[in-house]
Amino acid sequence: MTTPPDAWAAVRGRPRSFLTSRWPWRSLAYLSSTVPVGIVCLLLMLVLIGVGLLTLVVLVGLVLLAGVPRAASAVAVAERIRARLVLPRPEAAPGPTLRERLRARHSLPIIWSEVGYVVLLSTLLWLVDAAVLVFAVGVPVVLVLAPLLVRFGPLEVLGLRVDSSGEAILAVGLGIVSVVASAYLVTAVASGQAALTRLLLDPPEARLVEAVAALRRSRVDLVEAFESERRRIERDLHDGVQQRLVALAMTLGRAELKTPSGATLELIQAARQQAEEALENLRLTVRGIHPAVLTDHGLVAAVHDVADRCPVPVDTDIKVAGRLPAPVEAAAYFVVSEALTNVARHAQARSAQVHAWTEDDRLVVTVIDDGIGGATVGRGSGLAGLVLRLEAHDGTLQVHSPHGGPTEVRMECPIELG
Amino acid sequence: MPDRTRLRVVLAEDAALLREGLVAILEDAGHEVVAAVGNADALVSYVEQVTPDLVLTDIRMPPDHSDEGLRAAVAIRAAHPDMAIMLLSAYVADAYVAELLESAPGGGLGYLLKDRVGHVREFLESLDRVVAGETVVDPEVVRQLLRRRRSDGPLAALTQRERDVLALMAEGRTNGSIAQQLVVSEAAVRKHVGNIFAKLPLDPAFDRRVSAVLAYLRR
Repeated sequence: MTTPPDAWAAVRGRPRSFLTSRWPWRSLAYLSSTVPVGIVCLLLMLVLIGVGLLTLVVLVGLVLLAGVPRAASAVAVAERIRARLVLPRPEAAPGPTLRERLRARHSLPIIWSEVGYVVLLSTLLWLVDAAVLVFAVGVPVVLVLAPLLVRFGPLEVLGLRVDSSGEAILAVGLGIVSVVASAYLVTAVASGQAALTRLLLDPPEARLVEAVAALRRSRVDLVEAFESERRRIERDLHDGVQQRLVALAMTLGRAELKTPSGATLELIQAARQQAEEALENLRLTVRGIHPAVLTDHGLVAAVHDVADRCPVPVDTDIKVAGRLPAPVEAAAYFVVSEALTNVARHAQARSAQVHAWTEDDRLVVTVIDDGIGGATVGRGSGLAGLVLRLEAHDGTLQVHSPHGGPTEVRMECPIELG
Repeated sequence: MPDRTRLRVVLAEDAALLREGLVAILEDAGHEVVAAVGNADALVSYVEQVTPDLVLTDIRMPPDHSDEGLRAAVAIRAAHPDMAIMLLSAYVADAYVAELLESAPGGGLGYLLKDRVGHVREFLESLDRVVAGETVVDPEVVRQLLRRRRSDGPLAALTQRERDVLALMAEGRTNGSIAQQLVVSEAAVRKHVGNIFAKLPLDPAFDRRVSAVLAYLRR
């Protein structure tokens, strides 16, 4: 059974998982703590404003009154944290610390929504919560204890009169039902109030920052899912189709040796040839998806491999120790592969160089050729797709290619992915 | 197959389909497959038990599917320097070649792409050559190494013709076969080979021909 992520989700979820979760208890704690917090706020505000108005004539009051928004800010910080009792924030979005927030407040203008919230908290919210608590805790307690209480005289709860011990037993049953109802009531009120707190106290920028962070995470997830899917396809092709084709070629090879020369032998030879061509095609396809040498041996071996295949002579200098995270290796490999493909096709170059090194926890890869230049990261080109892929990891891909050359493709990408 | 020596072979290949295919090819040729296993550990322990004439192993095997077979080969080689070993690979990786050649000198070594096994006759011949102590490297691997730019290193001193000769030597060919391939006399090939030996800084631990090929493969 999965635990609901917050109180509101718990209320809407299955009753069993709601009632066994910790959310009703946390909501109860939230509402109970609202009462003293609200009373303290009320007193604080009364003192600040009252004394401030009284001493306004001697100007001290100005200072006190100016302190109201500050005090409201401090309360707001505490209230945001208290709201997490009911609506926890996702862990992955660490906000500024309390100290940073308080320090930042000094330079911030008055935030009226915070002042408004504190006024609301110290007048209305704690009263509402107190009423809800009395009702939600009082009713079940009285009903469950009815067999005891009825001895001291008749009871009346919610318009029901209990004056005999028989009715008291019935009341216990009702009491158990009302415990469930109370759990729902308390949790719903607490969720609503915490949501209101969020609405008033979270500045819009903070919500934007959170949204951007969430979007960025989902983009990284997408790129990584894409990458691992490619690795899976490569493995499937290698373990499946490729092996069957090799086995087919073997069988045909054996048949070839057992067949006397003639038309049948020629057919068998042709079939083996075709199996080998299919293997070669498959190999090319796999290389475009995710080369096995990259998975097994890492970036250095894979770059050597692609450089060796390039019809233009390529010098390589790869200063990368050990293995990098798979998405970084893949991005770097495909940048080199795509850039060298372009060199071979369009640059009319005599030679090219591939360099790779790490600096400041970033991987830098450059591919330079001595061709005619004029290359761009055009829409639909292989490099354009790589730009997107790198951006998801906070990386960059730049192409400097003046007419007349030389062309430099430069990729940078953080090694530790966030 | 006429007058082929019957070899005792230990075979390691994780894909059952290919393992069966290889066993069938070897047995068709009259060889004895002493053991056919699916992982590198079993390979090493069988080799210890039965001391075969030839070890034939896939490079990429469980558990990690990287180079277990290669590492097993290096280990076997360290214990039995004269053991002939043929490695099979699904794709060309020069990292393999380098590691293979770093292993101790001794008996024959081979590195072939799996595609090559379909050419059964040539495949069996290369097994015989490895057992005879030769080094056999897949033509595709050699082709790829040949395309590599060599702006530095000892090979820069060689002429184009000498490089062609060396490339064919790396495929394990004899002078006669090289002469045929390049359509020159065997004497001309011998002269080129002599020049190659003179120009390359050769490792005295190896046979000169092997050493030249190693220099070439290491670039």
